Amino acid sequence: MAKRYEIRFSGAGGQGLITAGIILAEAAAIIEGKFAAQSQSYGPEARGGASKSEVIISDAPIDYPKATIVDACLAMTQESADKYANGIKPGGVLLLDTDFVKNEPKGDFKIYKMPITRTAKEDLGREIVANVVALGAMIALTGVVSREAGEKAVLAKVPAAFLDLNKKAYNLGFEKIKAQM
Amino acid sequence: MSYDYDKWLRPGKLPHIWCPGCGHGIVMKGLIRALDICGLEKKNTAIVSGIGCASRLPGYIDANTLHTAHGRAAAFATGVKMAKPEMTVICCGGDGDGTAIGGNHFIHACRRNIDMTYVLMNNHIYGMTGGQFSPCTPTGAKASTTPYGNPDPIFDISKLAIGAGATFVARTTAFHATQIDKLIAEGIKHKGMAIIEVVDDCPTTYGRRNKFRSVIDMMKVLKETAVPVAAAAKMTADQLEGKILTGVLYKEDKPEYCEQYAKVIAKAQGA
Amino acid sequence: MAKKVALIQGNTACALGAVYAGCNFFGGYPITPSTEVAEVLSEELPKVGGKFMQMEDEIAAMASIIGASLAGAKALTATSGPGVSLKQELIGYACIAEVPCVIINVMRGGPSTGMPTGPGQSDVQQAKWGTHGDHATIALVPASIQEIFTETVRAFNLAEKYRMPVQVLFDEIVGHMREPITFPEPGELEIINRTAPTVAPKDYKPYDTSFGDVPPLAAFGSEYRFHVTGLNKAQDGFPTTKAEYVDAEERRQVRKVESPENAAAIESNEEYLCDDAEVVVFAYGSTSRSARYAVNELRKEGIKAGLFRPITLWPFPEKRISALGKQAKAIVVPEMNLGQMILEVERVTKGTCAVAGVNRVDGDPLNPGEIMKKVKEVM
Repeated sequence: MAKRYEIRFSGAGGQGLITAGIILAEAAAIIEGKFAAQSQSYGPEARGGASKSEVIISDAPIDYPKATIVDACLAMTQESADKYANGIKPGGVLLLDTDFVKNEPKGDFKIYKMPITRTAKEDLGREIVANVVALGAMIALTGVVSREAGEKAVLAKVPAAFLDLNKKAYNLGFEKIKAQM
Repeated sequence: MSYDYDKWLRPGKLPHIWCPGCGHGIVMKGLIRALDICGLEKKNTAIVSGIGCASRLPGYIDANTLHTAHGRAAAFATGVKMAKPEMTVICCGGDGDGTAIGGNHFIHACRRNIDMTYVLMNNHIYGMTGGQFSPCTPTGAKASTTPYGNPDPIFDISKLAIGAGATFVARTTAFHATQIDKLIAEGIKHKGMAIIEVVDDCPTTYGRRNKFRSVIDMMKVLKETAVPVAAAAKMTADQLEGKILTGVLYKEDKPEYCEQYAKVIAKAQGA
Repeated sequence: MAKKVALIQGNTACALGAVYAGCNFFGGYPITPSTEVAEVLSEELPKVGGKFMQMEDEIAAMASIIGASLAGAKALTATSGPGVSLKQELIGYACIAEVPCVIINVMRGGPSTGMPTGPGQSDVQQAKWGTHGDHATIALVPASIQEIFTETVRAFNLAEKYRMPVQVLFDEIVGHMREPITFPEPGELEIINRTAPTVAPKDYKPYDTSFGDVPPLAAFGSEYRFHVTGLNKAQDGFPTTKAEYVDAEERRQVRKVESPENAAAIESNEEYLCDDAEVVVFAYGSTSRSARYAVNELRKEGIKAGLFRPITLWPFPEKRISALGKQAKAIVVPEMNLGQMILEVERVTKGTCAVAGVNRVDGDPLNPGEIMKKVKEVM
């Protein structure tokens, strides 16, 4: 039976969650040659408002392209943490951005915490790469694609002038979570 | 001097559908003379219309002719022109077609300044459906849907066209038959959107309801209310009350749309 | 050489499929969730010498593609919900005047403004009956990003071959989701262009049936001059009210799509595990993906379920559904609407099996569990 892995990136519009989902799907489909489907939902606001991006990765063609019950979830707002915590598989993982999520949801999943946005702002000087920090962390947590494939996908996506910044962001997120595991 | 209209008329399509006394036939003859003045080739000429009495005109002309849906002439014509910019594209139609249901297409074709010529026959009424008021029916006039007199203000089509960005705007009347061909020809030669408003008469559905005893009466009004722009310049506002200005009302050189788009293509192709 | 693979949205696949098919004119108007089709074409068309027009409204967009097509272009528009409603007037014009063109409808919730960013499948009967008057309809319903590309190409081919508007309907889910696509090489997919006239220009009639039910179409600006109207017309293209001409033309225009042999050539279906199926799930577009998932799960539980997936929705696959209605105990029809294509399934099966709908109109996709539950109910 095909192994199907579901990941959800949730938070607010403007946090780059859709881009993070796309990069993960590209790492899986284009670099590792797996099957992947990325979808999203968003409100009418371009910034703020709820936003989520879902990635399904499988070794067989993907029928239902939306998440059913996810293996891993990222929540970058309190609202999304509260809303999506109960959509995680028993034994799954939830990564919280502690800059925005103060109350931990309860459930049969393992919680990892990281000040994602602050890490981007203080360690890298650019809040805008918080999504890439989060992506590195999610790839470290799930192992759904290799560290190298994730990095390659990030670098293929960003403008030349920001290669170094994004490489640092990705690896910082990856290592900070690895240290907790 | 006799003029050979047959060279631009489709054989076997006459008689036309227009009523005796209708000015549309005068406009069609003017258009044919203009096509001739411009030396156009039939294969490279497209005439596009909407719906209504005036919009039946293309069917009689031996060219590429497109009788579209109500109000949509300018939008269809834009597609034709963009696909084959080398063609001469002429729109024709009435006031209701062009400025009510087709008003949005009309103003945006003007705004783009795409190289087309729009001959708009303004007879102040929806003739084909039996005489309902249009955006160009004078306030107070009778139509089949204004039994108590028209409460609506009117559009001044030429002003509308100038305001919307057309770069050649001219007006004449069905009485001034010899001016029609000259203005249309000038419009065709102009690079950009040319609007030729021909103030026209509908004896059957407008004249009859508004106390015109004959077509002659209607023609007399067209003759008497028309004031050439040069003469108007010397007249006072009081003297111009109720008059319509005729001749070339506006002309300007501005970038034409197809040429602008050719630059887009060049840029996209890395030129 | 390895083929080019990319992870792209359905809307992007549609735009790139159009370019592959030889589209060289797009007329559109911004509307969610179809806008990316226009955005991609605004970049891609001028690269190949094509024209992209953002028109003043949806009606003008439809008008412009008909005009461009008559001047010889392969023309496309893309829209959603309210835009599709506005285009109906001129979809009818393209039907009666027999002008090849392609209309993309990325379906959202409705009626009216409805739910612009949510998926729906509630335009599928509108695709058939949206414009007034009797007319034939070809509508395609791709279910994946790869298929959006190939079906957009096929839509152009059908439009050109049958000289008519062809609609491609997919919903917001496949329009906006990203999947890997393998781009066909140039020449790999068949490209059909309209049949040009061969008679002398003076003998040309734009609706000349001596060449069959699909008359050759000349282009404005060629040696062939002709007249086009939205009125009922005779074979020479000029308006007529003569009963025998009107009747013959109306019937021909429907027959060119709906005659058994033409319909069979236009139909395209996928059957999955239908051979021994006791319950057939009839599903199209993104809903068919949930249905396939459900069918696989049901098979694991020992239930003989199968999936019938129309890729051509109109003309409706009458013969196959009629046959499956005799074979199966039930046909389950999941749709993101309140029951539209189920009416066709019921019409065609004529009571030979149970027919049950699974419907959802809240902006969320139908999930496999909902379909499985209904299948078990009807068993």
